[in-house]
Amino acid sequence: MGRRICCRPRPLNLMLGILASIIDGVLVGLVYGLAAMGLTLIWGVMDVINLTHGTMVVAGMMGLYLLVNALGISPYLTLPPVLIGGFFVGVALYWIAIHRMVGRPPLMSLLSTFSVNLILIGIGTAVWGTALFNVEVSLPGFSLGRYTFPGAHILAAVLAAVIAAALYFFLHYTRIGKALRAVANNREAAELVGIPTTRLLAIAVGTGVALAGVAGVLIGTLFPFTILSGDGYQLKGFIVTVLGGFGNPVGALLGGIALGVLEGAVTPFVPVSWTLVIEFALFVLVLIAFPNGIFASRRGAL
Amino acid sequence: MLRRPFFWIIALVIAAFAGLPAIGNDVELRESLVLACVYITLASNLNLMLGYAGYINFGSIVFFGLGGYICVWLIYSHDWPLVWSLLAAGAGVSGLALVFGLGILRLRGAFFALSTIGIVEGVQAFAENFTPWGGSSGIYISPQVFLPLGGSARALWVIYFALVATMGASLYLSYFVKTSKFGLGLLAIGQNEDAAAILGVPTPRYKALAYSASAFLPAIAGGLYFFKSAFIQPSDAFDLTLSTEAIVICMLGGQGTVTGVALGAFLYEQLRGYLLTSSTFANFQLTIAGVLLLLIVLFFPAGLMGFIYSRVPAAKKVLE
Repeated sequence: MGRRICCRPRPLNLMLGILASIIDGVLVGLVYGLAAMGLTLIWGVMDVINLTHGTMVVAGMMGLYLLVNALGISPYLTLPPVLIGGFFVGVALYWIAIHRMVGRPPLMSLLSTFSVNLILIGIGTAVWGTALFNVEVSLPGFSLGRYTFPGAHILAAVLAAVIAAALYFFLHYTRIGKALRAVANNREAAELVGIPTTRLLAIAVGTGVALAGVAGVLIGTLFPFTILSGDGYQLKGFIVTVLGGFGNPVGALLGGIALGVLEGAVTPFVPVSWTLVIEFALFVLVLIAFPNGIFASRRGAL
Repeated sequence: MLRRPFFWIIALVIAAFAGLPAIGNDVELRESLVLACVYITLASNLNLMLGYAGYINFGSIVFFGLGGYICVWLIYSHDWPLVWSLLAAGAGVSGLALVFGLGILRLRGAFFALSTIGIVEGVQAFAENFTPWGGSSGIYISPQVFLPLGGSARALWVIYFALVATMGASLYLSYFVKTSKFGLGLLAIGQNEDAAAILGVPTPRYKALAYSASAFLPAIAGGLYFFKSAFIQPSDAFDLTLSTEAIVICMLGGQGTVTGVALGAFLYEQLRGYLLTSSTFANFQLTIAGVLLLLIVLFFPAGLMGFIYSRVPAAKKVLE
């Protein structure tokens, strides 16, 4: 994360450098957007901030690593099992930590998902420590003058866009998706017209966690990771959610791209550890100026 | 105030903390109580935000670590005496908290909680990149600094008594705030912020004041703690585990109560000591803290004091 794919531009071919840096920012940003999608979905549907999100992204990465090493299959074939497994983990998470918290002060769901995260991180570090894991993927890259963009990264960015589109269609054109939006809009009214809200909330958390796992698989093909790598993606996820609007998959991609391009623009000038601080300052400023997100029309519209 | 039994209960606790290790010159007991003092200080001050105003601060460790840095740095490169360094640390961190608080406390509820994570990142990035603070390798101070306190053996006792005083001040602060008009305003914010604002509670000012007040004593405790170890580096000073533990302690004892939080800190410290020395659980400290927190949040949101109040209703009259 935060690692730039191409080198810095020289004055000679500045234009090409700027173009490459923008493409780079967009590619990184699409991945950030994908990593945030599950978080923003759960946040938008039930006003619960899932603090296990980063760990679920790492769970996807570990799923990728373990499956590839155990079965020797292509990394991309691990997507379906992680998607399905993630869904069931999410449903379990809903029943353990979130069901009793829906409708209570946000403080309580923050604390309950926070404690589940502590449990998972505690077990993860006890089993795997903080060792670095790496999954090798070799795909032909794309060249632009002196700059080369790895194939795996382009494929991840394309898949991120496809997944965002799929989620958009799921929310707007399927029965379950429409019912989810109804629940997000007004839970009591949805209940009154016969929508089984509890089951839908469980499905929403399941989908959110499945998306986190899928994001983990795709990020795992790009960068090495540890058990604690999820934190950074979760923090960026908050910022992406606030930029893109709550529960809006397309907004999440746009927010992610904004973040990726911003990072590309500030990296030459400040030390890496400051980027997250700049992004958090942005988070606070955006929240004060646009309480519903820049790309959002209104809250609850999903 | 002096007629209230709770005032004297706190005084008794402080006397016990100061007296028990001093009577037998028991260094081992003293060292275990050092940690209890730190926990009680951190948790009681976090309680001002979490328990009274209902705002989660995930970054309470920042006050502790930043206080430690300012104090150690003033002693190391400006040769300030300990007392002034501590006061400067407390005032500096408290002032910074007020400035930042006025900004981020415009965000409500969960958004505030998320921004406190940003504050941790920001302060940590600052400490790692600020050259006078030694970057990621930190600052060492030579044992010479213990000389004005009468050598290192005596200095450790002096530091311990100062820590006990900080802890006592934290308990009194929690108590006085809770029984004051300011505290009533904070509790109203915790119940329903909109209603509180309509009834005339100046909510932004009260929240920022509570945030700033909850920074002062942890900063001093941090200064004492890192002066004691004569060494400070970013990974120790901003160890997020301590923030987490402070939240667990508040919930364990009963958020919003003075006694509960102190009791929770003491119990948690004992539990932690047991877990760290047990061969089975040494690696699962975080996991057990997580299970504990989850069970409390799900089934006993009122914590230990909630249980005591429901069993012994008379306790409500005595214990805050």
